[in-house]
Amino acid sequence: MIDKTVPSVADAVQEIHDGATIMVGGFGEAGSPVELIHALIDQGASDLTVINNNTGSGEVGLAALINAGRVKKMICSYPRSRNSTVFPDLYRSNKIELELVPQGTLAERIRAGGAGIPGFYTPASVGTPLAEGKELRSFEGKDFVLEHGLRADFALLKAKCADCYGNLIYNKTARNFSPLMAMAGATTIVQVAEIVHAGGIDPEHVITPGIFVQQVVRVPNPAHESQLVRDGVTYP
Amino acid sequence: MTSPIGLDREQMAQRVALDIPDGSYVNLGIGIPELIAKYVPEGREFIYHTENGLLGMGPSPEEGLGEPELINAGKRQVTALPGAAYFHHADSFSMIRGGHLDLCVLGALQVAKNGDLANWSTGGPDAIPAVGGAMDLVAGVKQIFVVTQHCTKKGEPKLVDTCTFPLTGVGVVSRIYTDLAVIDVTPEGLRVVELSPGVDFAYVQERTGTELLPAANDS
Repeated sequence: MIDKTVPSVADAVQEIHDGATIMVGGFGEAGSPVELIHALIDQGASDLTVINNNTGSGEVGLAALINAGRVKKMICSYPRSRNSTVFPDLYRSNKIELELVPQGTLAERIRAGGAGIPGFYTPASVGTPLAEGKELRSFEGKDFVLEHGLRADFALLKAKCADCYGNLIYNKTARNFSPLMAMAGATTIVQVAEIVHAGGIDPEHVITPGIFVQQVVRVPNPAHESQLVRDGVTYP
Repeated sequence: MTSPIGLDREQMAQRVALDIPDGSYVNLGIGIPELIAKYVPEGREFIYHTENGLLGMGPSPEEGLGEPELINAGKRQVTALPGAAYFHHADSFSMIRGGHLDLCVLGALQVAKNGDLANWSTGGPDAIPAVGGAMDLVAGVKQIFVVTQHCTKKGEPKLVDTCTFPLTGVGVVSRIYTDLAVIDVTPEGLRVVELSPGVDFAYVQERTGTELLPAANDS
């Protein structure tokens, strides 16, 4: 009998190794797997390359992982936030690398990686500094830039509900990058508020089919970054 | 503050809204563009897209009634109207790059006479570069409007011959709304099509870093 659930967030992140590339779900705080990230901080893996749209808020979640010195490189589209100076401070002192990618290109690179597509041409960024050094190709008289698919050793995601097979449904705009990252992560680990029995999710409503998910861990009342920041929480 | 004459931010947003056709699928950038949603002309319906994954975005909820996981691209809490849809980022940017959205209204640091837009970075040595979805939006949405103050806070023109800041896209802007005027990007250059109340052409030209053309019916 297949059962992808694991007992704790600590168990879930156990295999993550130094130097790993990790996709972290979320756009801002929506969909950010705060408890999995905190477990990863406790676990200790370092020299990580992290792929996320942003760089976290306050000194919790992704910002806390960065603040702990575990991340050598961020691949993201928008590394600023109103309430965190963690990434900007490290970036200005050359202690972290940044690969800046337009948001839609980032999404498509992840989708392509997960879909077995090594590269694709996009019109976004043509004629801008973010296209410099990249192959340009003209289709029907218009220029496009070559971008490469992205894959990761691990994907850390948050969803609303899973069954034992790893079929997922999400919560509102917390879905964002997660269905794409689920496909692109070699080991996809998902924290969910609720785990239901097989058949508990209508097959018509499944957003991420379980084949893309390796581990599911229940976190019944996930923290929201904005609330943690308001409460002055820092991690660890 | 803004110029002593000309439109304020709310009036600029209201002016843009007048030009959006009924039934349009619209993406609004952060800042003045966000205000446009308050001014939908009577009898029209626009459907708002926010690139983080919602079509049918409604106004921000009352303080304390929002949800941390129902936000817009500016990471502010919003609502979902009846008939809304949630989707992941690859679908969201397929809507954008695939030419399915009718209009995107963005802010600007600079717009050049040929429609080049710079709105993501000043390129300064201490700047943290951050682009978000702006480059995808200008590359794929059918029509790009800019709404911006005519000049920077220091009084420097934002409408210029050539952008000095890093570009967001080449030749992408079709129309510019400022506190002083409505200006079209044409093959001949920037053409003033409407002056704000109490503003004359010479006043706008003085505050513009490229030669302006008068409205076609004035020449």
